[in-house]
Amino acid sequence: MTQLKYTLASVVKYASLVIAAFIALLPIVVILFASLKTNAEYATSSPLAPPANWLNFANYTKAFVDGNMLVGFKNTIIILIISIIGATLTGSMIAYVLDRFKFKGKKIMVAAFLLATLIPSVTTQVATFQIINALDLFNTRWAAIVMYLGTDIIAVYIFLQFLGSISSALDESAMLDGASYFTIYWKIILPLLKPAIVTVIIVKGVNIYNDFYTPFLYMPKTDLQVISTALFKFKGPFGSQWEVISAGIMIAIIPTMIIFLLLQKYIYNGFAQGSVK
Amino acid sequence: MKYLKVSNWGYSAQRIFIICAFSIIPLALLFTFAYLPVINMFKYSFTDWNGYSKRFDYVGFENYTRIFSDPEYFKVFIVSLYYFVATFLQMGLALYFATILSFKVRGKNFFKGILFFPYLLNGVAIGFIFLFFFKPDGTLDMLMHAVGLGQYTQLWLGNPNIINVSLAGASVWRYMGFNFIIFLGAISSIPKDVYEASDIDGANRWQQFRHIILPSITRILQLNLILAISGAISAFDIPYIMTDGSNGSMTFVIQTVHLAFKYGKLGLASAMAVVLLLIVILVTLVQRVTMKGEE
Repeated sequence: MTQLKYTLASVVKYASLVIAAFIALLPIVVILFASLKTNAEYATSSPLAPPANWLNFANYTKAFVDGNMLVGFKNTIIILIISIIGATLTGSMIAYVLDRFKFKGKKIMVAAFLLATLIPSVTTQVATFQIINALDLFNTRWAAIVMYLGTDIIAVYIFLQFLGSISSALDESAMLDGASYFTIYWKIILPLLKPAIVTVIIVKGVNIYNDFYTPFLYMPKTDLQVISTALFKFKGPFGSQWEVISAGIMIAIIPTMIIFLLLQKYIYNGFAQGSVK
Repeated sequence: MKYLKVSNWGYSAQRIFIICAFSIIPLALLFTFAYLPVINMFKYSFTDWNGYSKRFDYVGFENYTRIFSDPEYFKVFIVSLYYFVATFLQMGLALYFATILSFKVRGKNFFKGILFFPYLLNGVAIGFIFLFFFKPDGTLDMLMHAVGLGQYTQLWLGNPNIINVSLAGASVWRYMGFNFIIFLGAISSIPKDVYEASDIDGANRWQQFRHIILPSITRILQLNLILAISGAISAFDIPYIMTDGSNGSMTFVIQTVHLAFKYGKLGLASAMAVVLLLIVILVTLVQRVTMKGEE
């Protein structure tokens, strides 16, 4: 009897996992199918049918070239690199100050960072837009970069959490050797924060790569389009050519797929740490 | 010369220097992009500004009365309810899968990867993927034909009664993995010997879930709930990319964006944003207070 119950539970467990995996994969797999079909083949075959020729990359070439995706990748990478380096530095610097020093106004500063998490950034876009405009950053890459830097409170949290676990006896012994506070930050704290930095890079990197709102509103110029906005533009010229749109979708998500497969372990940790406050 | 090098200063001087130098940029950014917009938004919400003209007039609470009296503006709250309800489905699924994948399962990493992966995908790509999924003769229709449910196919994105269910479904597909991975992390931090002890006492899986897992992750559960509620109210990417708010799928944020950037009603859009902000803050505060009561 227990054996039967155990088997039944096991069947339910695996069945639910397989169904969930199917639901998670199906929408993507049909896009992969469509991206490899010729126009005529797409028109006559069911979306569920695999392509006749698995190596028909014509749609990919067309999407990549006509869809200007190279520009998108270039801008995305520039923005990613500058924003991530900046967020790591500013985030770890403020966390170092807040964790290691006692000073007047510290409580207010911590509260200011905390309170800011209550403000969902989408609600303030209308007003933020005016600020970006006033700073003359509209339609420049810096619009996105300063916003990715400025609204980043998650990074501060992650760094604060990690700093708490680094013993301040290390700082003190360095001070006995005559190290300056800057040396302590640069030579001791920053290297020890490596796991936190990886976490920040992953969480921020995913957000920036996938963000649509910011580049769409602040950098509408064609030269400045990122992957998201480049793909969004497919809606116009390729409106009914789903095989080309599908290739564009695949081009946008293949880098994510590769990075996920390579860094799986770190990504899981990153998200678990990034969101547990 | 000696005094130009920071490392030769006394520690008290260094202290002041480092506190100022390390704080100024983060604080300036925080103020410019978190607080200044909120202050300005409140100010704009009492005006009839169109966003570009040199002058604007204060109109008192006119924008606010309009939001609460014109059903056109109020409808968006009803749309949020779909996303809100979907959130519970999403959290339930996430919790279920996180629990079963915390124990011994064949192909654990494979399933973990597949369930989490959608969350990492580009928002625009997901919008397109689901346009293809829901379009007439698209993936969903063909799948239903294949399993003999052909007569139930719908205009998933054309029927105003269904459209928000479809869109909320896409949203569950996208965000479930996020809740899942967070729950998984929380569950894995429960010490292993607690399970072993309960095994010896003869507890079954359900009892272990009910009395060990659930109490240990209450805080994470509540945190996710807050995120989910504000997420439901600020739903944007998926409906904007897929339908641009047509057929009754207009969400709060799409409407704000339309009002501000398409119709130049910046004052009104700001008032809507203020209302949204107040709701989110209220929900969070209520949540925090009830959480404190339980601890």
